[in-house]
Amino acid sequence: MSATAATSYPRTWSRPPFVKRAWLRWTLYLGALLYLILSVGSVEVNWVRVWEGLDRGLRFVEGFLVPDFTSRWEDILIGMEESLTMTVASTVVGVLISVPIGIGAARNIAPLPIYAICRAIIALSRSFQEIIVAILFVAMFGFGPLAGFMTLSFATIGFLAKLLAEDIEDIDESQAEAVRATGAGWWQIVNYAIQPQVMPRLIGLSLYRLDINFRESAVIGIVGAGGIGATLNTAMDRYEYDSAAAILILIILIVMAAEYSSGYVRKWLQ
Amino acid sequence: MSDTQFDKTWQKRTTRQELWLWLGWLALVAFFVFCWEVMNKNTIWAFVSDAPRQAMDIGSRMVPPRWDYLPSLMEPLWDTIAIATLGTLMALFMAVPVAFMAARNTTPSTRFVRPIALLIIVSSRSINSLIWALLLVAIIGPGVMAGIVAIAFRSIGFVAKLLYEAIEEIDAVQVEAVSATGASKAQIMDYAVVPQILPAFAGITVFRWDINIRESTVLGLVGAGGLGLRLQESLNVLAWPQVTVIFILILITVLVSEWVSAKVRHAII
Repeated sequence: MSATAATSYPRTWSRPPFVKRAWLRWTLYLGALLYLILSVGSVEVNWVRVWEGLDRGLRFVEGFLVPDFTSRWEDILIGMEESLTMTVASTVVGVLISVPIGIGAARNIAPLPIYAICRAIIALSRSFQEIIVAILFVAMFGFGPLAGFMTLSFATIGFLAKLLAEDIEDIDESQAEAVRATGAGWWQIVNYAIQPQVMPRLIGLSLYRLDINFRESAVIGIVGAGGIGATLNTAMDRYEYDSAAAILILIILIVMAAEYSSGYVRKWLQ
Repeated sequence: MSDTQFDKTWQKRTTRQELWLWLGWLALVAFFVFCWEVMNKNTIWAFVSDAPRQAMDIGSRMVPPRWDYLPSLMEPLWDTIAIATLGTLMALFMAVPVAFMAARNTTPSTRFVRPIALLIIVSSRSINSLIWALLLVAIIGPGVMAGIVAIAFRSIGFVAKLLYEAIEEIDAVQVEAVSATGASKAQIMDYAVVPQILPAFAGITVFRWDINIRESTVLGLVGAGGLGLRLQESLNVLAWPQVTVIFILILITVLVSEWVSAKVRHAII
């Protein structure tokens, strides 16, 4: 009896395949393989140039080991000053603008026309990357950190307003209902029922965005929007790898400091 | 006694808390004003007040888009997608070992290997792909290859960070069950750890690929191939109608990649 019961179960086990339908699986595999071969084939590499470049790579690594902070210190200082002030100013302004937009983009408290407008602003801000926005703003406002400030503020809106709106849509409705039951108006509901629920997260997101804005501020200088990126670009153009390494080390240190301190602050707030 | 307790009006905060809060906001505003002043000490406000006119001017020059420029953008578009895809693949090969070394439950040594893995993750994440491209163009020369390596280096930190968090969250019971059958280390990996993190791994990969498509469209600005190269050329000669076409193409590419990645992630998870 027990022997027959045992045989009725499968004796071997094999993993279920990744995609159930065999033909689809093989078409996917073959398609991926074909694409890989084609794309790898289309990559043209000048191996002589790479070989020559390895020498520069080595010099760059040497630059990292012995970074030169002194000879370009003035430029680095100006770049850092621009980057840091740009980061703070754009985060503050970006948050200030994105709060009303985020409230307007939350379906549970905003009327439909306002919801549509705010969502459109968010979509517009999110679909263009910082660097492309920076190109346009540099053309409009001229070179310098103001264009970078505009870029980062604009990018902050898409990020912060979207997440804030989602957060407002996820709130505990019973609290809003309780406040509404006291006869509160719309502003009072926002102030007493919604704001306390989303505030910790808003602060956390703002700090996170501060972090992102600094990273981006290190890049948009490449297209002329001020900041440390311009200094880095110049250093690379002049083949001053030790100065470039010094700038990169500073960027990494600031990013790390920002990440750790913002994590600490977020923990302390919640 | 209890009546007086209820007579109190409800207050959000005590006076002391209010004061501190007020001081905090004041400090923040002061700090912002200071940053604003420092940032704008070299700003030429004449240019800024001119901005709306400039914007109108650029806007009028950007239309109509030069659509016959589109066919010559197909090759850079292919390059851009290749940079993103091959860069993501290259990143995966490097990120998986780093992730296993960084996860607390799989690392060979928490004291020596783990900090190194975390350092790799942090430095990869804190340098933007455009900066990576700037370095790599200088080292291995301009072209698609520099873009691929830049995207790969940039993605390692992202992929490894998310992956090691997934590894740390796995269900230890399954590992125990497989090891109870007498499985070797490799078999435990293969049958207990990998199946648990595979969905997360696939999701992270597609997510990063989507981001990489975005980033690879502009890498050409520093010489690393793809659409950005054409963007740079067009900007240099102020060919705004061509710039419009490139922007539209970038936008479409990004939207399509977002749609693809959403579909794939939906299918996996």
